[in-house]
Amino acid sequence: MKTRREMMSSSAKLAALLASAGLWPAISMAAWPQSAFDAKSLADASKALGGSVPVESKDVMVTGPDIAENGAVVPVGCSTTLPGVKRLLLLVEKNPSVLAAVFDVTDAVEPSFNTRVKMGQSSNVFAVAMMSDGKVLFASKEIKVTLGGCGG
Amino acid sequence: MSVRAVLLVGAAALWWVAGPVHAQAQAPAPAPAQAQPKSSADGIAEYRAMLADGNPADLFEAKGEVLWKQARGPKNATLERCDLGKGPGVVKGAFVELPRWFADTQRMQDLESRLVTCMEVLQGMDGAAIAKTAFGSGEQSNVTALATYVAAESRGLRFNLPQGHIEERKSYEIGKRVFFFRGGPMDFSCAGCHSVDGQRIRLQDLPNLTKNPGDGVGFAAWPAYRVSNGQMWSMQLRLNDCFRQQRFPFPGFGSELTVALGTYMGVNAKGAQSIAPAIKR
Amino acid sequence: MGDPMRIRAQSAGDKTTVRVLMSHEMETGQRRDPAGKVIPAWFIQEVSAALNGKPVLAAQWGPSVAKNPFMQFVVRGAKAGDKISVTWLDNKGDKRTDEATVS
Repeated sequence: MKTRREMMSSSAKLAALLASAGLWPAISMAAWPQSAFDAKSLADASKALGGSVPVESKDVMVTGPDIAENGAVVPVGCSTTLPGVKRLLLLVEKNPSVLAAVFDVTDAVEPSFNTRVKMGQSSNVFAVAMMSDGKVLFASKEIKVTLGGCGG
Repeated sequence: MSVRAVLLVGAAALWWVAGPVHAQAQAPAPAPAQAQPKSSADGIAEYRAMLADGNPADLFEAKGEVLWKQARGPKNATLERCDLGKGPGVVKGAFVELPRWFADTQRMQDLESRLVTCMEVLQGMDGAAIAKTAFGSGEQSNVTALATYVAAESRGLRFNLPQGHIEERKSYEIGKRVFFFRGGPMDFSCAGCHSVDGQRIRLQDLPNLTKNPGDGVGFAAWPAYRVSNGQMWSMQLRLNDCFRQQRFPFPGFGSELTVALGTYMGVNAKGAQSIAPAIKR
Repeated sequence: MGDPMRIRAQSAGDKTTVRVLMSHEMETGQRRDPAGKVIPAWFIQEVSAALNGKPVLAAQWGPSVAKNPFMQFVVRGAKAGDKISVTWLDNKGDKRTDEATVS
């Protein structure tokens, strides 16, 4: 009969073993917002992240090319000049996975991020700022895709 | 389908794409007002410029550099004594002088076939087996990474293939004949797409490879990372795919024919600045 | 463990622009192989960055992010010689951390 200490020790070892084998979900995986990434619209994604109905705003900027030669790699950016932003999001309206990325904003970084997304077809791309006062603001840009980029 | 039909389809497709882009540029938008709508060619150029920084080819270049310096193979040796034409171990500047004649192997070689020679001679690997390996797998993917690294070390330099040796001049002539050779079920040739200025398939410009098509164009733009399939393409793979598109049988990896085509294009591109490794659709 | 990332960090005044190129398939889970079987989703879910060990960035990604992802952000208060580290974690539990020096 193992002591409680021995039990905890062996379960910790087992967890470590599973983690190193890639079988144990890392602790921070609880932070990945599954329902937001499953959302099929801007409004649903905002709701899943605890936000209100998104409102269009000139103080949020979305950048990207007008036309992407290949939807497999489309450079996009999200930023805002407003203070008090908690999160910046990028969404591709017509993708099966609408929410592409969520960036947590801290004082240590500028509220401006760039990445590259896959676009299955020409679509609106949204940059969304979730503010600390609960407001959710967005900007939209249409990006045309000459060749869908999801590799199908 | 004849080349003319392809061009007509291409022009029609371009018109279809250009239409909505014009309409969108004229609609009220947050972007600053422009004197005239941006053409789709400008839009594509802007898209490519946005991708130039942060080219995933860098990942292959980094891998290639590691492989160059790593002791591998049955002889457990690095490639650091590999002679790419400018002396053992000289990497910088080698890419813009290939293909060229090599006295030790008594044949014309391009970058990739020369890398395989070095992997054989210095590291003890089986060159014939590597040549038979599909692109993107096994040692063949290492060859691609190495080629990316070597090409990157000549970034910005201008092509200057040697033509001093009789075999180098012969290779150019063979390459020229292959370039204009029509065959296969579609009666295509390289020249069908690549011997005229200003030709295009859909939105893809087709550089004129019978002369210097300009800095960073054509021969000067490979190896390149293709975003459409997320793959790193070397010149050997680019040629292999050209043959596939023409419905020709696949040429052998590093074959005399593919090296000759490289010689023809490379000599024609004399003075053009290499931008390899580049990024492509 | 995945292939190494390429990280470049350039400072201009108080702002340091960090550009990261990661090597990852970012498979959506929507594609099928030639036999018709679904290719399982395999993508980076979390990205974090630290300046001299202090966390400065946290992000959550979905499969819409492109293959071999690129990311750019601007860190405040870094100077030449400081260390920027970037970590990614994917949906299979695989993880990678790389580091660069601010120039």
